[in-house]
Amino acid sequence: MKSTINIFKREFNAYFVSPIAYIVISIFLLIVGWFFFSTFFLEGHVSLTKLFSLLPIMFTFIIPAITMRLFSEELNVGSYELLLTMPVRNIDIILGKFLASLSFVAVMLAPTLLYAISISFIGELDLGPVIGGYLGAIVLGGSFSAIGIMASSLTRDQVIAFIVGMAICFSLTFIIDYVLFFLPDSFVSFFQHLSARFHFENISKGVINSRDFIYFISVSFIALYITNMILEKKK
Amino acid sequence: MIRVENLTKYYGDNLAVDNLSFEIKKGEILGLLGPNGAGKSTTYRILTGFLNPTSGTIKVKDLDIKEDLLEIKKMIGYLPESAPLYKSMLVFEYLNYVADLRDVPNEGKLSHIKELADLCSLNEVMHMRIDELSKGYRQRVGIAHSLMGDPEILVLDEPISGLDPNQIADTREIIKRIGKEKTIIYSTHILSEAESTCDRIIIIDKGKMVIDGTAEQIKEKTKTDTLEEAFKVLTSKRVGER
Repeated sequence: MKSTINIFKREFNAYFVSPIAYIVISIFLLIVGWFFFSTFFLEGHVSLTKLFSLLPIMFTFIIPAITMRLFSEELNVGSYELLLTMPVRNIDIILGKFLASLSFVAVMLAPTLLYAISISFIGELDLGPVIGGYLGAIVLGGSFSAIGIMASSLTRDQVIAFIVGMAICFSLTFIIDYVLFFLPDSFVSFFQHLSARFHFENISKGVINSRDFIYFISVSFIALYITNMILEKKK
Repeated sequence: MIRVENLTKYYGDNLAVDNLSFEIKKGEILGLLGPNGAGKSTTYRILTGFLNPTSGTIKVKDLDIKEDLLEIKKMIGYLPESAPLYKSMLVFEYLNYVADLRDVPNEGKLSHIKELADLCSLNEVMHMRIDELSKGYRQRVGIAHSLMGDPEILVLDEPISGLDPNQIADTREIIKRIGKEKTIIYSTHILSEAESTCDRIIIIDKGKMVIDGTAEQIKEKTKTDTLEEAFKVLTSKRVGER
């Protein structure tokens, strides 16, 4: 547990000593802010729904960029050997890196709270969907982080890690949705449950249902478990 | 102290370590020598838990790497070849991180880091980024890394490669000084260095042990005058490849 926290601290700080963190956060806020406010005053009602509906696609591209270096860089530089030979377990390393990525997502989202505060002066903001939306964003960010970390553990090339991570996140978010169209009705509800966007939209409506959370927790768990298997296989 | 038992490691189809067995006593400085690709680094990597053996095992005291790896890792300080450190960290920041991971208690932490910085002459670079350091300094940070938390066993993979003569002399001093209380296993391609620092020498080639003994015994057995010649005879003239 203590090792997990130490590794988390190092990885989290490592984000902010390089300019990458600030660039990623700025781009995220710029794009999200633009799409959110460009139509906000036309819609005529006060809610953050539009903001949250952007998150699955934004996270699909941004989170793999956040996680791509976590293992690939260490494997490439060789520092992975130093890390692994210190008295830590694989699970400490994986969880430490996972928490670092998840916290980064939280830091990236934090400025959007200002949107919530500023629009609440204009009209009545329904808090249910706002709280649901942020909870959903965190669990969605967690699952995509886990997937990105899994992709990063596969290769020493950060570009490949990014593309693989993005492809998996993209499939979970969109492809499954579009495949539904071609499927017989009886399959639809089954495949719908595989879609990250479907579960995220449920939560961000403010409907807190354990099923949706179990989905994201399972995805995170499976991805981190596979990461552990990949790292074991390298030994 | 350390018992390597029938250790075998395959990388895919490549045999890196072939049924290797040897023992290291407490307080001994052992030189593990051999040509490049002989299996030295692989042996170290298995001992330090970076790799799993294909078969065979290593025991440290009564602990087996297959069961008590975490406990064993606590006893071992390791310097991998060419010290692959985190480039964007400051030297102090890095040593502090290693101290935390090695469970150095908070009260003594600063003085311990200071002590290692003195020992490895790192005082003037503590505030610099690791990627700004010269090779020699980076190597010394690696040595400080391996000494962190005062481990009983030190595994040093070519600690003096790429250093200038002064730095080699300094590093030899450090090894000799800490070798008084610790068990050290290390490798080098500078054979005169091994002869002057090591209590015992093992030469391996193609994953197999070819000889085990003091420098004197090895010269006697191979009927040669210097360790270089003995090495040449034993490893089929593959010295000088590097």
